[in-house]
Amino acid sequence: MSVKIFKINEELKEYMPQEIVDLEEKATWGNPKRGVMDLPYAKELVEEHSLCAGCPESAAFRYILASLPNPEDTIIVNSTGCTSLVFPHIALHTVHPLFGNQNAVASGIKRVLEWRFPDKVKDVVVIAGDGATIDIGLDCTLQSFFRQEKITTICFDNEVYANTGGQDSGATPKGMEFKMAPGGKQWDKVPMWQLAIDSGCHYVARLTVSSPKKVEQVVKKAIYVAREVGPTYIHLYTPCILEIGLNADQGLWEMRQRDKERFKFFEYMSDEAKEVIKKKKEEGLL
Amino acid sequence: MSQQVKTEKVRYNRMGQKIVSPDYLLFEAPRTKHFITGSEAVKEAAKRASVDASISYPITPQSEAAHMLGELWREGYIGVYFRGESEFGVMSEIAGCAMAGARTITTTSGPGTLRAMELFPMWAGSRLPIQLVLMARGINSPLSIQPDNLEMYFLLDTGCMVWHAETAQELFDMIIAGFVVAEQPDVHVPVITAIDGFFISHTREAVYLPPDDIALPPYDPYKAPMPPIDMEMPPGRFMRDPFVMKSNYISYATHASWQFEVRAAIERAKPYAKHYLRGLVEHFGDPEGEVLFIASGTAAAQAKEATQILIHEEGVKARVLRIKTIRPFPTEEVREAVKGAKYVFVPEFNVIGWLEREVKRALYGHTDIPIFGTPRVGGGMTMPPEYIVQEVLKIIGKEVKHVG
Repeated sequence: MSVKIFKINEELKEYMPQEIVDLEEKATWGNPKRGVMDLPYAKELVEEHSLCAGCPESAAFRYILASLPNPEDTIIVNSTGCTSLVFPHIALHTVHPLFGNQNAVASGIKRVLEWRFPDKVKDVVVIAGDGATIDIGLDCTLQSFFRQEKITTICFDNEVYANTGGQDSGATPKGMEFKMAPGGKQWDKVPMWQLAIDSGCHYVARLTVSSPKKVEQVVKKAIYVAREVGPTYIHLYTPCILEIGLNADQGLWEMRQRDKERFKFFEYMSDEAKEVIKKKKEEGLL
Repeated sequence: MSQQVKTEKVRYNRMGQKIVSPDYLLFEAPRTKHFITGSEAVKEAAKRASVDASISYPITPQSEAAHMLGELWREGYIGVYFRGESEFGVMSEIAGCAMAGARTITTTSGPGTLRAMELFPMWAGSRLPIQLVLMARGINSPLSIQPDNLEMYFLLDTGCMVWHAETAQELFDMIIAGFVVAEQPDVHVPVITAIDGFFISHTREAVYLPPDDIALPPYDPYKAPMPPIDMEMPPGRFMRDPFVMKSNYISYATHASWQFEVRAAIERAKPYAKHYLRGLVEHFGDPEGEVLFIASGTAAAQAKEATQILIHEEGVKARVLRIKTIRPFPTEEVREAVKGAKYVFVPEFNVIGWLEREVKRALYGHTDIPIFGTPRVGGGMTMPPEYIVQEVLKIIGKEVKHVG
C-alpha cells in the first residue's frame, strides 16, 4: 500500500518523535532508483542500531535498506543472532520467527501475500546470520530453494556465532580456533553459495560489504530476479571484528583483504535471471 | 401504490459460497446426514470455513485429513496449500501464512507434534489464531502409531487453546467454532482441536452437515491485536522498541506481562467457547450419581458406556462430566460437578494421566472425596466399558455382578 502508511495524522504530528516525522518527510519512498548514494541525504530506514562500534554488519544493513527497490512493500524476515538486535530498529514490517526457520516463515508470508494481493508486488527478503542460514536452518533454507519460493535470502556471514560469545559455525574456515573448536575447526567452510546454485537459486552472489555500490547492485538484482523467477541468494562477508581481535576501525581493512581470497566477488545467474537483469538494465533500474 | 423492493446485501467468499453468520452455520442451517470419517469431517469443516491457507506433512494418522485439505485447495476452497519439509518447517510456514493475514489450518499427530514443539509458544506469543487439528497417536519410543493421546500433555501450556472432541460430529463443529473463537480480537491465540487418532480419524459415523454453499465470514486480519505482516498498515510500535532485546527492568516486566496476557486471552475465550460449543462441558448420566467420571475425548465416550452399565446392570448411580476444552480449563464446572459425588474417576488414553493432574489441581482444597486416575491405558490398548466398570466396583468395594 505504500507510503501512505507512513503518513502522520496532521493533528498529531507535533507530538510525534522527530525520527518518525523524518520517515514520512525525508525517507525515499516510491522510487525504485533509490540507492546507497542517498545515504548522506535521505532518512534511513534503520534507526540507531545496537551492534558494536564499527561492526561491518551495521554497514551491510544500511546498504541493503538503502537499496531495496520497493521498501514500501517489502517484508523482512530475520532470525536469531546479532542481526535480531537490529530488526526492531527497522521501519518496515519485520518478523523474528525463531532460530533457523526464517526461510520457512518467509515462504508462508510470500505465498499468502501473493494470494491476498494478486495485483501488487510484495518483496520478501530474509536476512540472517551464518548460524541461522547454514547450520540450524539449513533444512528450511535449502527446502525453500527447492520449492522455488520467490524470496531473496541474504546471509550475513561473520564465520562465527558471535552473539553467543564466539563459537565456530559451519561457515568458519578449517583450522580457525573458536570456543567450541578448541585447537581449531576440523572441517571445511560450507560453500553455501554453491549449495544455493545446486538447490535451484536463480541468482547467487558472494562478496564482502567493502563496496556499497556493489552491495546495491547485487541486492537489486536478487530482488528483481526473486520477484519474477524464483529464489535468490546473497552471501555477504560481515566480519565480527570483536571475535577476530580487530579494532573498531579495522572492519573495512579486513573485508578488503578477504576480497582478494575466500570472498572474492562471485556471481551466478540462470538464463531466466539474465533475461530479467537485462530487462531491468534497459529500464534503467540497474 | 408504490412497490418497495427490500434488498438484503448478500456477500460471497472467493469460492462463491454465501457468507453466513457463525451462529447460522453452527446452529440454524438445515443439516443432512452423512456417513463419514473424522478425517472427512475435517475436510467438510474446512470447506465451510473460508480458509486461506493450509500446509501439510505426512504422518499417521492425520495424513488423510491433510490430503483432503489439498483437494480443497485444488477445488479452489483454500488459497494456499503445499507439503512442507517437516513439522518444524510446516508449523513455521503456517505461521508465516497467518502473519501475512491468512485464516490457516494444519494437522499433525504424535511425534510430529514434538518435532514442531518450538513453534507453538511462538504462535501464541505472536497472537496467531492458527488452527491445528491434532489426531493424537502418542509419542516414541518405542515406535508406535496406535491411539494414545500422550502428546496433548505437552501442548497444555504452550499458550494455545486445546480442545478435545469426542466424535467426528463434534470435530466438525469444533473446527468451525475454533476459527470463530480463536479470531475474536480479545482472544486471538491459536486453537488446537484434538481427537484420538484412529478412533475418530478412521471410523465412520453419522455426521450432520449444513449445506456446502454457505461458509464463515472471511478472516479480517485488520481486527487482530497485532498488525499483520503485509506492509498495509504502519509497523507496530512493538517492533520499533524491542522489549526482549534490552536488559532492564522494563523489558523483563514487558516480557512477563506479555506471557500473562496470552494466558489471560485463553481465559477470555471462555464466554465465546461456551456459546459456540454449547458449554465447556457436557453432563451425562444420573444427576444424582455418586460415581463421577471426569473425562475428555474417546475416554469420555467409553465412560458414558460404563455409566450405562453401572446404572442399569450394577445398580450404581453414576454420571460423566465430559470436558470439551482443556485450555481454557472449566475449573468452575468441575468444582460444581463434584458436589454430591462420592468418588471421582479420571479414565485416560495415556500413561501419565494429564487430565487427572488438571482435575486435581482444579479441585485442590475444594473437595475431600477421593480422585482416582484410573483406568489408564496407552500404546494403543483399548478401554472396554466392562473394564472401567470392574475398576470402579473394585475400588468402591462393591461386588462385580454382571461384567467380567
